[in-house]
Amino acid sequence: MKRVRATALAAWEFVAGDDWPTAVGVVAAIGVTALIADSGAAAWWVMPTAVVALLVLSLRRARR
Amino acid sequence: MSGPELGLAVSVFLACAVEAVEALTIVLAVGTTRSWSSSLYGAGTALLALAVIVGALGPALTALPIDVLRVGVGALLLVFGLQWLRKALLRAAGLRALHDESAAFAAETGAARAAGALHKDGIDPYAFAVSFKGVLLEGLEVALIVLTFGANVHRIGLAAAAAGAAVLVVVLTGLAVRAPLARVPENTMKLGVGVLLTSFGIFWGGEGAGASWPGGDAALLVIVPGLLVASLAMVAWLRRSPARVKAAGEPA
Repeated sequence: MKRVRATALAAWEFVAGDDWPTAVGVVAAIGVTALIADSGAAAWWVMPTAVVALLVLSLRRARR
Repeated sequence: MSGPELGLAVSVFLACAVEAVEALTIVLAVGTTRSWSSSLYGAGTALLALAVIVGALGPALTALPIDVLRVGVGALLLVFGLQWLRKALLRAAGLRALHDESAAFAAETGAARAAGALHKDGIDPYAFAVSFKGVLLEGLEVALIVLTFGANVHRIGLAAAAAGAAVLVVVLTGLAVRAPLARVPENTMKLGVGVLLTSFGIFWGGEGAGASWPGGDAALLVIVPGLLVASLAMVAWLRRSPARVKAAGEPA
């Protein structure tokens, strides 16, 4: 069990790096895109807008 | 070659070249100070491990439904791309020290000399372990980029060829100069790779989630330059911030 937990933790750190809020934001942005697309409305604008916002927020956190 | 295929080849080549420079610095530092044979055995074993990972995951990835693959690939490229882009922008703005291969080489050789007695016979465990870990960790990110890009456009062979060409160019250059490749414009390359990975992540992530891009594949011709312009604007914004420079030699 310990080994599984350690492996999962190492995989999370490898993927998310030192900026987990951005990784969570990416997943949320894809989820919002799927919800809007499912309703039949245009959803292409969500990802570019979310990515620029996530990058600005990430840079603001790093600047502090 | 189509637009996405050309983007794939350029992205994989640049990402792989940057990681290969970092891995080569570690292998050179340990080989010079400890043992060439152990350092090369470590690097070779790591390359074999990476080949096994790519060989095992490649066919499994291509068997996934295209939309599931695109969401997964898009999310992964976005997470990696945004990390590369954030660090490159902070370095371009002077808020983080540029990654200096000469400084990284000096730090690695210092650590190798301080690591205790050298094993004259057989394998030197320190040299083997440091080379293995360095090549495996730098290579793992590239292996994921090769697999995700390649699987998404069903061109894993093209992605692997671009990665192989990048490693070959870096290793041959390293052998020719027999020194860390300090003159490589690493941050500019990282900024470029960050923009490309993030742009493809936006495109495939959106498409996999069900969005339709105006103009289809041609939307990439707007996303890539648009993100580059936004990134350069962010550098200008960051440059107005008070300086806070971190030490050189930190991870990519």
